[in-house]
Amino acid sequence: MGIKETIEGSFHIIGGDFSRAGEASTEIKTLLQSLGISKEIVRRAAIATFEAEMNIIIYTPAGILRYEITPERIRIIAEDMGPGIEDIELAMQEGYSTAPEWVRELGWGSGMGLPNMKKNSDEFRIDSVVGEGTTVEMIIYLDKSENKN
Amino acid sequence: MRLEKIIQSLDAVVITKFMADSEEIDWACATDLMSEVLYYSRDSSVLITGLTKQQAIRTADIADIRVVVFTRGKEPDTSTVELANDKKVTLLITPYSMFTACGRLYEAGLRCCPE
Repeated sequence: MGIKETIEGSFHIIGGDFSRAGEASTEIKTLLQSLGISKEIVRRAAIATFEAEMNIIIYTPAGILRYEITPERIRIIAEDMGPGIEDIELAMQEGYSTAPEWVRELGWGSGMGLPNMKKNSDEFRIDSVVGEGTTVEMIIYLDKSENKN
Repeated sequence: MRLEKIIQSLDAVVITKFMADSEEIDWACATDLMSEVLYYSRDSSVLITGLTKQQAIRTADIADIRVVVFTRGKEPDTSTVELANDKKVTLLITPYSMFTACGRLYEAGLRCCPE
């Protein structure tokens, strides 16, 4: 099955719900696999999406994870109603984290989430307003010649 | 490295129904931090961890890791095993600590995921 037209969808993510954490990303990964996208691209998209989903679950009351797949690229948008990020530059540093102890006990909150989203995306944008929320947009090109670097 | 060799090196038991016995394991990733798994691992890796929660299975599945080893004989709850069965991730339990488990696998020829 190839990609002939734009495929889009979204998932509502509830903050703090660790029992279902990762289900949305797993569904998106399965969809990408069914479209015949290469294993490496699927893996990058799945990792970036999973980190975005976990950030909504860890730090916010709720958010929406949207995806849009065209013959050229995968676009993932994670929009949350969380506290926002005061210093984005600091939050992008590997190892910087504001996660509480109980989250760390579950294996998360090591300060690699945002850097990992950026690493696995060809284009990465983050926009945050304190007290309102954060929006992350990630684009992964299906044709490697359009990739960064 | 074949899964059988990993099981043998770690004196491990398989606790899932599914066994990725034809799986060729090229690399090892040892950590309790799930973002580190997502950041540093490659596909065809084995994950060695003390985190026996569902999150370890979800993370492995997203990162195309088909074999997860729990250290120090720690047994996961039923929901974790069920998720692993569902995702076709082979779960092993080794009596060894993470340090010793890594040492034994290194000795057997397995190497860390390249950074």
